[in-house]
Amino acid sequence: MEENSIIDVSENIKNEIKSNDVVLFMKGTPVFPMCGFSAATIQVLSDIGVKFSSVNVLDSNEMREGIKKFSNWPTIPQLYVKEEFIGGCDIIKEMHETGELLELFNSRGIDVKPS
Amino acid sequence: MPLSKEDLEKHIKESIPDSTISIEDLRGDGDHYSATVISKSFEGKSKIEQHKMVYDSLKGKMGNELHALMLKTKTE
Repeated sequence: MEENSIIDVSENIKNEIKSNDVVLFMKGTPVFPMCGFSAATIQVLSDIGVKFSSVNVLDSNEMREGIKKFSNWPTIPQLYVKEEFIGGCDIIKEMHETGELLELFNSRGIDVKPS
Repeated sequence: MPLSKEDLEKHIKESIPDSTISIEDLRGDGDHYSATVISKSFEGKSKIEQHKMVYDSLKGKMGNELHALMLKTKTE
């Protein structure tokens, strides 16, 4: 039974990252992040001015554990761009500082509107 | 169950022997750390792979016993 729910959740994750160019799996919502790392990542994405969709992993325990298995990454938040796992909070912040993140969005043809 | 700074350093060192590690206990509670790990073995690897090497050294503690680890990896 547990196996089944993990299969289901990985289908959900696949659908989510297929239908949205930029997806952040996070704790809480962009308006009310429930963890400092998720909040810091939201801040970076807002700075860059990229549109993204978000999944609140606190809504379901299956999703919370499922996304860690799916990405083989132990922590949340996790950023996906065009179905590719980009990294967690530390990597995103570092890529933002070096300009790599903006470059990534540009190279994938994703609109950004820096404020 | 928090993880001591010494244990954290020991785990990383065992897995990545040539590493230079500096760790800061951000809140003094043994649960929120910031670590910088420098190792030649990161060369040629992506950031994701580098961070994963550090997470792997913690053998499943990351995300469980250890809640928060701000991580920076460098090759020199």
